[in-house]
Amino acid sequence: MEKIIIKKERNYLKMSLKALYYIVVFSLIIWGFKGIEYKGIMKTASSSINALLDGFIHPDLTYAKDLTIDGLPYAVLETIAIAISGTFVSAILAIPFALLASQNIVGVKVARVGKVIVTLIRSFPELILALMFISVVGPGAPAGILALGIHSIGMLGKLFSEAIESMDMGVKEALESCGGNYFEVLFRAVLPQVSPELLSYTLYRFEINMRAASTLGLVGAGGIGAPLIFAIRNRAWSRAGIIIIVLIVTVTIIDQISGRIRKRLV
Amino acid sequence: MIMPEERIIVPKPDRRKKIATIITVIVIIVGSGIIAHFNIIDVFRNLSKGVSILKRMFWPPDFTYIPNIVKPMLETIRMAIVGTCVGAIIALPIAVLAANNFIKTKWLHVPLRFILNIFRTIPALVLASLFVAVFGTGAFSGVVALSVFTFGLVSKLTYESIEAIDYGQVEALISLGANKLNILRYAIMPQILPQYLSYTLYGFEVNVRAAAVLGYVGAGGIGQLFEFNLAWRKFGKIGMIIIFSFCVVMIIDLVSSSIRKRLV
Repeated sequence: MEKIIIKKERNYLKMSLKALYYIVVFSLIIWGFKGIEYKGIMKTASSSINALLDGFIHPDLTYAKDLTIDGLPYAVLETIAIAISGTFVSAILAIPFALLASQNIVGVKVARVGKVIVTLIRSFPELILALMFISVVGPGAPAGILALGIHSIGMLGKLFSEAIESMDMGVKEALESCGGNYFEVLFRAVLPQVSPELLSYTLYRFEINMRAASTLGLVGAGGIGAPLIFAIRNRAWSRAGIIIIVLIVTVTIIDQISGRIRKRLV
Repeated sequence: MIMPEERIIVPKPDRRKKIATIITVIVIIVGSGIIAHFNIIDVFRNLSKGVSILKRMFWPPDFTYIPNIVKPMLETIRMAIVGTCVGAIIALPIAVLAANNFIKTKWLHVPLRFILNIFRTIPALVLASLFVAVFGTGAFSGVVALSVFTFGLVSKLTYESIEAIDYGQVEALISLGANKLNILRYAIMPQILPQYLSYTLYGFEVNVRAAAVLGYVGAGGIGQLFEFNLAWRKFGKIGMIIIFSFCVVMIIDLVSSSIRKRLV
Protein backbone atom coordinates (compact mmCIF):
# COMPACT_ATOMS: atom_id res chain seq x y z
CA MET A 1 0.00 0.00 0.00
CA GLU A 2 1.25 3.33 -0.92
CA LYS A 3 1.41 5.90 1.70
CA ILE A 4 0.61 9.47 0.99
CA ILE A 5 2.95 11.71 2.84
CA ILE A 6 2.09 15.29 3.06
CA LYS A 7 5.22 17.22 3.63
CA LYS A 8 4.79 20.04 6.03
CA GLU A 9 6.48 23.03 4.71
CA ARG A 10 8.39 24.84 7.34
CA ASN A 11 9.14 28.39 6.66
CA TYR A 12 11.01 29.45 9.74
CA LEU A 13 11.01 33.10 8.83
CA LYS A 14 7.26 33.10 8.45
CA MET A 15 6.79 31.19 11.69
CA SER A 16 8.99 33.48 13.70
CA LEU A 17 7.23 36.48 12.22
CA LYS A 18 3.93 35.00 13.29
CA ALA A 19 5.28 34.34 16.77
CA LEU A 20 6.48 37.92 16.97
CA TYR A 21 3.03 39.05 15.94
CA TYR A 22 1.39 37.11 18.75
CA ILE A 23 3.93 38.35 21.28
CA VAL A 24 3.32 41.97 20.28
CA VAL A 25 -0.45 41.60 20.45
CA PHE A 26 -0.42 39.82 23.81
CA SER A 27 2.04 42.21 25.38
CA LEU A 28 -0.14 45.09 24.20
CA ILE A 29 -3.16 43.48 25.82
CA ILE A 30 -1.27 42.82 29.06
CA TRP A 31 0.02 46.40 29.03
CA GLY A 32 -3.56 47.58 28.62
CA PHE A 33 -4.91 45.53 31.50
CA LYS A 34 -2.09 46.56 33.82
CA GLY A 35 -2.76 50.24 33.32
CA ILE A 36 -6.42 50.29 34.24
CA GLU A 37 -6.47 50.91 37.93
CA TYR A 38 -9.29 49.12 39.54
CA LYS A 39 -10.21 51.05 42.63
CA GLY A 40 -12.80 48.54 43.62
CA ILE A 41 -16.46 49.06 43.14
CA MET A 42 -17.83 51.79 45.35
CA LYS A 43 -19.76 50.68 48.39
CA THR A 44 -22.80 52.40 46.98
CA ALA A 45 -22.59 50.50 43.68
CA SER A 46 -25.07 47.78 44.51
CA SER A 47 -27.62 50.21 45.88
CA SER A 48 -27.21 52.51 42.89
CA ILE A 49 -27.59 49.57 40.48
CA ASN A 50 -30.78 48.68 42.32
CA ALA A 51 -31.99 52.27 42.09
CA LEU A 52 -31.10 52.32 38.39
CA LEU A 53 -33.00 49.13 37.64
CA ASP A 54 -35.90 50.40 39.72
CA GLY A 55 -35.91 53.53 37.56
CA PHE A 56 -36.15 51.43 34.42
CA ILE A 57 -39.00 49.38 35.84
CA HIS A 58 -40.90 52.44 37.05
CA PRO A 59 -40.18 55.06 34.40
CA ASP A 60 -41.34 58.62 34.91
CA LEU A 61 -44.47 58.57 32.75
CA THR A 62 -45.59 62.11 33.57
CA TYR A 63 -42.44 63.37 31.85
CA ALA A 64 -43.27 61.33 28.75
CA LYS A 65 -46.76 62.89 28.65
CA ASP A 66 -45.53 66.44 29.12
CA LEU A 67 -46.28 68.10 25.80
CA THR A 68 -44.67 71.44 26.64
CA ILE A 69 -41.23 72.54 25.50
CA ASP A 70 -39.67 70.96 28.60
CA GLY A 71 -41.26 67.57 28.01
CA LEU A 72 -39.86 64.42 26.53
CA PRO A 73 -41.86 64.46 23.25
CA TYR A 74 -40.38 67.82 22.32
CA ALA A 75 -36.85 66.64 23.14
CA VAL A 76 -37.31 63.57 20.95
CA LEU A 77 -38.71 65.71 18.15
CA GLU A 78 -35.78 68.09 18.45
CA THR A 79 -33.32 65.18 18.29
CA ILE A 80 -34.93 63.86 15.12
CA ALA A 81 -34.94 67.38 13.68
CA ILE A 82 -31.22 67.76 14.42
CA ALA A 83 -30.48 64.42 12.77
CA ILE A 84 -32.55 65.26 9.66
CA SER A 85 -31.16 68.77 9.23
CA GLY A 86 -27.61 67.64 9.90
CA THR A 87 -27.89 64.82 7.39
CA PHE A 88 -29.43 67.16 4.82
CA VAL A 89 -26.65 69.72 5.21
CA SER A 90 -23.96 67.07 4.97
CA ALA A 91 -25.53 65.31 1.97
CA ILE A 92 -25.43 68.54 -0.01
CA LEU A 93 -21.95 69.49 1.14
CA ALA A 94 -20.69 65.96 0.50
CA ILE A 95 -21.40 66.04 -3.24
CA PRO A 96 -18.60 68.46 -4.18
CA PHE A 97 -16.21 66.64 -1.85
CA ALA A 98 -17.20 63.31 -3.43
CA LEU A 99 -16.63 64.66 -6.94
CA LEU A 100 -13.24 65.92 -5.82
CA ALA A 101 -12.40 62.42 -4.55
CA SER A 102 -13.58 60.49 -7.63
CA GLN A 103 -10.89 59.29 -10.01
CA ASN A 104 -13.14 59.24 -13.05
CA ILE A 105 -14.22 62.87 -12.60
CA VAL A 106 -11.12 64.80 -11.62
CA GLY A 107 -8.30 62.38 -12.42
CA VAL A 108 -6.14 60.18 -10.23
CA LYS A 109 -3.90 62.83 -8.71
CA VAL A 110 -6.59 65.26 -7.58
CA ALA A 111 -8.74 62.35 -6.38
CA ARG A 112 -5.96 61.22 -4.09
CA VAL A 113 -5.91 64.65 -2.42
CA GLY A 114 -9.70 64.64 -2.25
CA LYS A 115 -9.69 61.24 -0.54
CA VAL A 116 -7.23 62.45 2.08
CA ILE A 117 -9.41 65.50 2.80
CA VAL A 118 -12.48 63.31 3.21
CA THR A 119 -10.60 60.93 5.52
CA LEU A 120 -9.40 63.84 7.63
CA ILE A 121 -12.95 65.13 8.02
CA ARG A 122 -14.14 61.66 8.97
CA SER A 123 -11.59 61.23 11.73
CA PHE A 124 -12.57 64.44 13.46
CA PRO A 125 -14.89 63.51 16.35
CA GLU A 126 -18.36 65.06 16.07
CA LEU A 127 -18.47 65.79 19.77
CA ILE A 128 -15.45 68.05 19.49
CA LEU A 129 -16.96 69.69 16.42
CA ALA A 130 -20.09 70.25 18.46
CA LEU A 131 -18.06 71.91 21.22
CA MET A 132 -16.38 74.12 18.64
CA PHE A 133 -19.68 75.13 17.08
CA ILE A 134 -21.17 75.82 20.49
CA SER A 135 -18.55 78.50 20.94
CA VAL A 136 -19.52 79.88 17.53
CA VAL A 137 -23.34 79.85 17.49
CA GLY A 138 -23.97 79.29 21.16
CA PRO A 139 -25.45 76.21 22.84
CA GLY A 140 -28.50 74.65 21.24
CA ALA A 141 -29.68 72.62 18.30
CA PRO A 142 -27.97 74.66 15.52
CA ALA A 143 -24.55 73.76 16.94
CA GLY A 144 -25.55 70.09 16.79
CA ILE A 145 -26.77 70.42 13.22
CA LEU A 146 -23.51 72.03 12.13
CA ALA A 147 -21.44 69.39 13.92
CA LEU A 148 -23.33 66.53 12.29
CA GLY A 149 -23.39 68.35 8.98
CA ILE A 150 -19.62 68.75 8.86
CA HIS A 151 -18.70 65.40 10.41
CA SER A 152 -20.95 63.36 8.12
CA ILE A 153 -19.26 64.81 5.03
CA GLY A 154 -16.41 62.43 5.81
CA MET A 155 -18.38 59.22 5.54
CA LEU A 156 -20.84 60.40 2.87
CA GLY A 157 -18.06 61.85 0.74
CA LYS A 158 -16.25 58.52 0.79
CA LEU A 159 -19.36 56.45 0.00
CA PHE A 160 -20.55 58.92 -2.65
CA SER A 161 -17.18 58.92 -4.39
CA GLU A 162 -17.17 55.11 -4.42
CA ALA A 163 -20.62 55.18 -6.04
CA ILE A 164 -19.48 57.71 -8.62
CA GLU A 165 -16.34 55.73 -9.39
CA SER A 166 -18.32 52.58 -10.11
CA MET A 167 -20.88 54.24 -12.42
CA ASP A 168 -21.28 53.62 -16.14
CA MET A 169 -18.95 56.05 -17.88
CA GLY A 170 -20.64 55.62 -21.29
CA VAL A 171 -23.34 58.15 -20.50
CA LYS A 172 -20.80 60.74 -19.45
CA GLU A 173 -18.74 60.17 -22.60
CA ALA A 174 -21.85 60.38 -24.78
CA LEU A 175 -22.74 63.75 -23.30
CA GLU A 176 -19.19 65.01 -23.61
CA SER A 177 -19.01 63.95 -27.24
CA CYS A 178 -22.22 65.91 -27.88
CA GLY A 179 -20.53 68.97 -26.50
CA GLY A 180 -22.08 69.01 -23.04
CA ASN A 181 -20.34 71.36 -20.65
CA TYR A 182 -19.21 70.43 -17.16
CA PHE A 183 -22.50 71.21 -15.42
CA GLU A 184 -24.59 69.49 -18.06
CA VAL A 185 -22.47 66.36 -17.66
CA LEU A 186 -22.79 66.58 -13.90
CA PHE A 187 -26.56 67.08 -13.76
CA ARG A 188 -27.61 64.91 -16.72
CA ALA A 189 -25.10 62.05 -16.59
CA VAL A 190 -23.43 61.69 -13.22
CA LEU A 191 -26.06 62.60 -10.63
CA PRO A 192 -29.08 60.84 -12.21
CA GLN A 193 -27.13 57.60 -12.37
CA VAL A 194 -25.87 57.61 -8.83
CA SER A 195 -28.82 59.30 -7.12
CA PRO A 196 -30.48 56.10 -5.81
CA GLU A 197 -27.21 55.05 -4.19
CA LEU A 198 -26.61 58.55 -2.89
CA LEU A 199 -30.07 58.62 -1.31
CA SER A 200 -29.58 55.20 0.19
CA TYR A 201 -26.24 56.18 1.76
CA THR A 202 -27.79 59.42 3.02
CA LEU A 203 -30.55 57.48 4.76
CA TYR A 204 -27.98 55.14 6.26
CA ARG A 205 -26.06 58.12 7.58
CA PHE A 206 -29.34 59.49 8.95
CA GLU A 207 -29.68 56.33 11.05
CA ILE A 208 -26.18 56.88 12.43
CA ASN A 209 -26.84 60.59 12.97
CA MET A 210 -29.95 59.76 14.95
CA ARG A 211 -27.75 57.99 17.49
CA ALA A 212 -25.14 60.74 17.36
CA ALA A 213 -27.77 63.45 17.85
CA SER A 214 -28.86 61.78 21.06
CA THR A 215 -25.37 62.18 22.53
CA LEU A 216 -24.70 65.71 21.29
CA GLY A 217 -26.95 67.10 24.01
CA LEU A 218 -24.44 65.86 26.57
CA VAL A 219 -22.17 68.72 25.60
CA GLY A 220 -25.05 71.19 25.15
CA ALA A 221 -25.75 70.90 21.44
CA GLY A 222 -29.49 70.33 21.71
CA GLY A 223 -31.67 67.27 21.67
CA ILE A 224 -32.46 64.54 24.15
CA GLY A 225 -28.90 64.27 25.49
CA ALA A 226 -29.18 67.29 27.78
CA PRO A 227 -32.17 66.11 29.85
CA LEU A 228 -30.59 62.64 29.89
CA ILE A 229 -27.29 63.79 31.34
CA PHE A 230 -29.10 65.98 33.89
CA ALA A 231 -31.20 63.03 34.97
CA ILE A 232 -28.16 60.75 35.26
CA ARG A 233 -26.09 63.33 37.18
CA ASN A 234 -28.94 63.95 39.57
CA ARG A 235 -29.49 60.19 39.84
CA ALA A 236 -33.11 60.71 38.81
CA TRP A 237 -33.26 57.15 37.59
CA SER A 238 -36.96 56.99 36.77
CA ARG A 239 -36.50 59.96 34.46
CA ALA A 240 -33.25 58.59 32.96
CA GLY A 241 -35.10 55.29 32.50
CA ILE A 242 -37.96 56.79 30.50
CA ILE A 243 -35.55 58.80 28.35
CA ILE A 244 -33.40 55.77 27.52
CA ILE A 245 -36.44 53.57 26.84
CA VAL A 246 -37.98 56.18 24.53
CA LEU A 247 -34.60 56.69 22.86
CA ILE A 248 -34.22 52.97 22.14
CA VAL A 249 -37.77 52.72 20.79
CA THR A 250 -37.40 55.81 18.59
CA VAL A 251 -34.04 54.74 17.17
CA THR A 252 -35.36 51.25 16.46
CA ILE A 253 -38.47 52.54 14.69
CA ILE A 254 -36.44 54.98 12.59
CA ASP A 255 -33.97 52.21 11.71
CA GLN A 256 -36.83 50.03 10.52
CA ILE A 257 -38.48 52.74 8.40
CA SER A 258 -35.22 53.92 6.89
CA GLY A 259 -34.10 50.33 6.23
CA ARG A 260 -37.35 49.64 4.34
CA ILE A 261 -36.93 52.73 2.17
CA ARG A 262 -33.31 51.83 1.49
CA LYS A 263 -34.28 48.35 0.34
CA ARG A 264 -36.74 49.82 -2.13
CA LEU A 265 -34.25 52.40 -3.41
CA VAL A 266 -31.42 50.16 -4.56
CA MET B 1 -51.12 52.49 -50.58
CA ILE B 2 -50.15 54.68 -47.73
CA MET B 3 -49.83 53.03 -44.41
CA PRO B 4 -51.53 54.91 -41.64
CA GLU B 5 -48.97 56.51 -39.47
CA GLU B 6 -48.25 54.35 -36.52
CA ARG B 7 -48.01 56.00 -33.22
CA ILE B 8 -46.02 54.77 -30.31
CA ILE B 9 -47.57 55.88 -27.10
CA VAL B 10 -45.24 55.93 -24.20
CA PRO B 11 -47.21 55.84 -20.96
CA LYS B 12 -46.29 58.76 -18.81
CA PRO B 13 -45.01 57.85 -15.38
CA ASP B 14 -47.33 58.80 -12.57
CA ARG B 15 -46.12 62.27 -11.79
CA ARG B 16 -48.49 62.88 -8.91
CA LYS B 17 -46.83 60.26 -6.74
CA LYS B 18 -43.41 61.68 -7.48
CA ILE B 19 -44.49 65.22 -6.69
CA ALA B 20 -46.17 64.10 -3.48
CA THR B 21 -42.96 62.35 -2.38
CA ILE B 22 -40.85 65.40 -3.14
CA ILE B 23 -43.24 67.70 -1.28
CA THR B 24 -43.25 65.38 1.75
CA VAL B 25 -39.46 65.30 1.83
CA ILE B 26 -39.23 69.09 1.55
CA VAL B 27 -41.79 69.55 4.33
CA ILE B 28 -39.87 67.15 6.58
CA ILE B 29 -36.55 68.90 5.95
CA VAL B 30 -37.89 72.44 6.30
CA GLY B 31 -39.97 71.43 9.32
CA SER B 32 -36.98 69.96 11.11
CA GLY B 33 -34.96 73.05 10.33
CA ILE B 34 -37.68 75.17 11.95
CA ILE B 35 -38.00 72.91 14.99
CA ALA B 36 -34.26 73.00 15.56
CA HIS B 37 -34.20 76.82 15.10
CA PHE B 38 -31.59 76.48 12.39
CA ASN B 39 -30.82 79.82 10.85
CA ILE B 40 -28.16 79.91 8.19
CA ILE B 41 -27.84 83.73 8.42
CA ASP B 42 -26.96 83.37 12.10
CA VAL B 43 -24.18 81.01 11.16
CA PHE B 44 -22.61 83.42 8.71
CA ARG B 45 -23.02 86.32 11.13
CA ASN B 46 -21.01 84.42 13.74
CA LEU B 47 -18.47 83.08 11.32
CA SER B 48 -15.78 85.57 12.34
CA LYS B 49 -16.17 84.43 15.96
CA GLY B 50 -15.61 80.85 14.85
CA VAL B 51 -12.54 81.75 12.85
CA SER B 52 -11.01 83.59 15.80
CA ILE B 53 -11.59 80.58 18.08
CA LEU B 54 -10.08 78.28 15.48
CA LYS B 55 -7.08 80.58 15.30
CA ARG B 56 -6.65 80.53 19.05
CA MET B 57 -6.85 76.74 18.98
CA PHE B 58 -4.42 75.91 16.25
CA TRP B 59 -2.19 78.91 15.69
CA PRO B 60 0.44 78.98 17.01
CA PRO B 61 0.39 75.33 18.05
CA ASP B 62 1.30 74.91 21.70
CA PHE B 63 3.89 72.11 21.47
CA THR B 64 5.00 72.59 25.06
CA TYR B 65 1.76 70.98 26.18
CA ILE B 66 2.48 67.61 24.51
CA PRO B 67 4.20 65.99 27.57
CA ASN B 68 1.01 66.56 29.58
CA ILE B 69 -1.08 64.85 26.88
CA VAL B 70 0.95 61.65 26.49
CA LYS B 71 -0.12 60.02 29.74
CA PRO B 72 -3.90 60.45 29.36
CA MET B 73 -3.56 59.45 25.71
CA LEU B 74 -1.89 56.18 26.76
CA GLU B 75 -4.70 55.67 29.25
CA THR B 76 -7.19 56.20 26.45
CA ILE B 77 -5.49 53.55 24.29
CA ARG B 78 -5.38 51.20 27.28
CA MET B 79 -9.09 51.68 27.85
CA ALA B 80 -9.78 50.92 24.21
CA ILE B 81 -7.62 47.76 24.29
CA VAL B 82 -9.15 46.39 27.48
CA GLY B 83 -12.69 47.32 26.50
CA THR B 84 -12.30 45.71 23.09
CA CYS B 85 -10.78 42.53 24.57
CA VAL B 86 -13.43 42.00 27.21
CA GLY B 87 -16.30 42.88 24.90
CA ALA B 88 -15.06 40.73 22.03
CA ILE B 89 -14.38 37.69 24.24
CA ILE B 90 -17.90 37.79 25.68
CA ALA B 91 -19.30 38.42 22.20
CA LEU B 92 -18.05 35.16 20.65
CA PRO B 93 -20.12 32.62 22.63
CA ILE B 94 -23.16 34.89 22.59
CA ALA B 95 -22.87 35.29 18.82
CA VAL B 96 -22.82 31.50 18.42
CA LEU B 97 -25.98 31.24 20.51
CA ALA B 98 -27.66 34.08 18.61
CA ALA B 99 -27.01 32.62 15.15
CA ASN B 100 -30.05 30.80 13.82
CA ASN B 101 -28.17 28.00 12.06
CA PHE B 102 -26.26 26.57 15.00
CA ILE B 103 -28.97 26.29 17.62
CA LYS B 104 -32.22 26.21 15.81
CA THR B 105 -34.67 26.77 18.63
CA LYS B 106 -36.32 30.12 18.22
CA TRP B 107 -36.80 30.84 21.90
CA LEU B 108 -33.09 31.33 22.36
CA HIS B 109 -31.94 33.50 19.53
CA VAL B 110 -34.95 35.78 19.23
CA PRO B 111 -34.73 37.21 22.77
CA LEU B 112 -30.92 37.24 22.56
CA ARG B 113 -31.03 39.34 19.42
CA PHE B 114 -33.53 41.64 21.02
CA ILE B 115 -31.14 42.25 23.92
CA LEU B 116 -28.17 42.71 21.58
CA ASN B 117 -30.15 45.27 19.60
CA ILE B 118 -30.83 47.23 22.76
CA PHE B 119 -27.15 47.22 23.65
CA ARG B 120 -26.25 48.59 20.26
CA THR B 121 -28.88 51.33 20.35
CA ILE B 122 -27.53 52.96 23.51
CA PRO B 123 -24.65 55.26 22.53
CA ALA B 124 -21.30 54.59 24.22
CA LEU B 125 -21.34 58.02 25.82
CA VAL B 126 -24.69 57.38 27.49
CA LEU B 127 -23.45 54.00 28.71
CA ALA B 128 -20.35 55.69 30.09
CA SER B 129 -22.33 58.30 31.98
CA LEU B 130 -24.50 55.54 33.45
CA PHE B 131 -21.46 53.59 34.60
CA VAL B 132 -19.80 56.72 35.98
CA ALA B 133 -22.88 57.21 38.12
CA VAL B 134 -22.64 53.61 39.33
CA PHE B 135 -18.89 52.91 39.58
CA GLY B 136 -17.61 56.44 40.09
CA THR B 137 -15.38 58.50 37.82
CA GLY B 138 -12.26 56.99 36.30
CA ALA B 139 -11.01 54.72 33.57
CA PHE B 140 -12.79 51.68 34.98
CA SER B 141 -16.26 53.05 34.15
CA GLY B 142 -15.05 53.85 30.66
CA VAL B 143 -13.72 50.33 30.20
CA VAL B 144 -17.03 48.82 31.29
CA ALA B 145 -18.91 51.10 28.90
CA LEU B 146 -16.60 50.25 26.02
CA SER B 147 -16.87 46.53 26.81
CA VAL B 148 -20.66 46.63 26.67
CA PHE B 149 -20.58 48.68 23.48
CA THR B 150 -18.01 46.40 21.76
CA PHE B 151 -19.97 43.37 22.90
CA GLY B 152 -23.08 44.65 21.13
CA LEU B 153 -21.21 45.58 17.95
CA VAL B 154 -18.98 42.50 17.56
CA SER B 155 -21.63 39.95 18.53
CA LYS B 156 -24.03 41.31 15.94
CA LEU B 157 -21.49 41.29 13.12
CA THR B 158 -20.25 37.84 14.16
CA TYR B 159 -23.63 36.13 14.33
CA GLU B 160 -24.40 37.51 10.91
CA SER B 161 -21.25 35.96 9.51
CA ILE B 162 -21.98 32.66 11.30
CA GLU B 163 -25.30 32.64 9.50
CA ALA B 164 -23.54 33.23 6.20
CA ILE B 165 -21.04 30.34 6.50
CA ASP B 166 -20.77 27.53 3.99
CA TYR B 167 -23.22 25.06 5.51
CA GLY B 168 -21.85 22.12 3.51
CA GLN B 169 -19.04 21.66 6.00
CA VAL B 170 -21.50 21.46 8.87
CA GLU B 171 -23.58 18.88 7.02
CA ALA B 172 -20.48 16.85 6.20
CA LEU B 173 -19.61 16.72 9.89
CA ILE B 174 -23.18 15.85 10.89
CA SER B 175 -23.20 12.95 8.41
CA LEU B 176 -20.02 11.68 10.09
CA GLY B 177 -21.78 11.75 13.43
CA ALA B 178 -20.18 14.81 14.90
CA ASN B 179 -21.75 16.43 17.94
CA LYS B 180 -22.45 20.11 18.39
CA LEU B 181 -19.06 20.88 19.91
CA ASN B 182 -17.25 19.19 17.05
CA ILE B 183 -19.28 21.16 14.56
CA LEU B 184 -18.42 24.35 16.38
CA ARG B 185 -14.73 23.50 16.54
CA TYR B 186 -14.17 22.13 13.05
CA ALA B 187 -16.82 23.73 10.83
CA ILE B 188 -17.88 27.06 12.28
CA MET B 189 -14.82 28.42 14.04
CA PRO B 190 -12.33 28.00 11.18
CA GLN B 191 -14.73 29.76 8.87
CA ILE B 192 -15.61 32.75 11.02
CA LEU B 193 -12.36 33.32 12.93
CA PRO B 194 -10.73 35.67 10.41
CA GLN B 195 -13.91 37.71 10.18
CA TYR B 196 -14.35 37.73 13.94
CA LEU B 197 -10.81 39.05 14.38
CA SER B 198 -11.43 41.64 11.73
CA TYR B 199 -14.60 42.81 13.48
CA THR B 200 -12.70 42.96 16.75
CA LEU B 201 -10.09 45.20 15.17
CA TYR B 202 -12.83 47.34 13.72
CA GLY B 203 -14.35 47.55 17.19
CA PHE B 204 -10.94 48.62 18.47
CA GLU B 205 -10.79 51.45 15.94
CA VAL B 206 -14.25 52.64 16.95
CA ASN B 207 -13.30 52.31 20.61
CA VAL B 208 -10.19 54.46 20.32
CA ARG B 209 -12.36 57.26 18.99
CA ALA B 210 -15.04 56.64 21.59
CA ALA B 211 -12.51 56.40 24.43
CA ALA B 212 -11.10 59.77 23.45
CA VAL B 213 -14.41 61.47 24.22
CA LEU B 214 -15.59 59.29 27.13
CA GLY B 215 -13.59 61.39 29.56
CA TYR B 216 -16.02 64.18 28.88
CA VAL B 217 -18.54 62.48 31.16
CA GLY B 218 -15.82 61.52 33.64
CA ALA B 219 -14.90 58.08 32.36
CA GLY B 220 -11.14 58.55 32.17
CA GLY B 221 -8.72 59.12 29.34
CA ILE B 222 -7.89 62.19 27.34
CA GLY B 223 -11.46 63.50 27.34
CA GLN B 224 -11.07 64.49 30.97
CA LEU B 225 -8.13 66.73 30.12
CA PHE B 226 -10.15 68.13 27.27
CA GLU B 227 -13.08 68.98 29.49
CA PHE B 228 -10.80 70.57 32.09
CA ASN B 229 -9.22 72.86 29.50
CA LEU B 230 -12.57 73.68 27.99
CA ALA B 231 -13.91 74.74 31.36
CA TRP B 232 -10.98 77.17 31.67
CA ARG B 233 -11.34 78.17 28.01
CA LYS B 234 -7.70 77.34 27.25
CA PHE B 235 -8.19 77.00 23.53
CA GLY B 236 -4.50 76.64 22.67
CA LYS B 237 -4.20 73.54 24.84
CA ILE B 238 -7.47 72.19 23.46
CA GLY B 239 -6.12 72.61 19.94
CA MET B 240 -3.00 70.65 20.82
CA ILE B 241 -5.06 67.85 22.39
CA ILE B 242 -7.15 67.68 19.23
CA ILE B 243 -4.11 67.58 16.93
CA PHE B 244 -2.35 64.98 19.06
CA SER B 245 -5.28 62.61 19.46
CA PHE B 246 -6.11 63.08 15.80
CA CYS B 247 -2.64 61.87 14.81
CA VAL B 248 -2.79 58.92 17.21
CA VAL B 249 -6.22 57.89 15.93
CA MET B 250 -5.03 58.12 12.33
CA ILE B 251 -1.97 55.96 13.02
CA ILE B 252 -4.01 53.32 14.86
CA ASP B 253 -6.57 53.34 12.05
CA LEU B 254 -3.91 52.86 9.40
CA VAL B 255 -2.23 49.95 11.24
CA SER B 256 -5.50 48.28 12.15
CA SER B 257 -7.08 48.59 8.71
CA SER B 258 -3.96 47.22 7.01
CA ILE B 259 -4.10 44.18 9.32
CA ARG B 260 -7.81 43.82 8.60
CA LYS B 261 -7.17 43.82 4.87
CA ARG B 262 -4.75 40.93 5.28
CA LEU B 263 -7.13 39.00 7.53
CA VAL B 264 -10.17 38.71 5.30
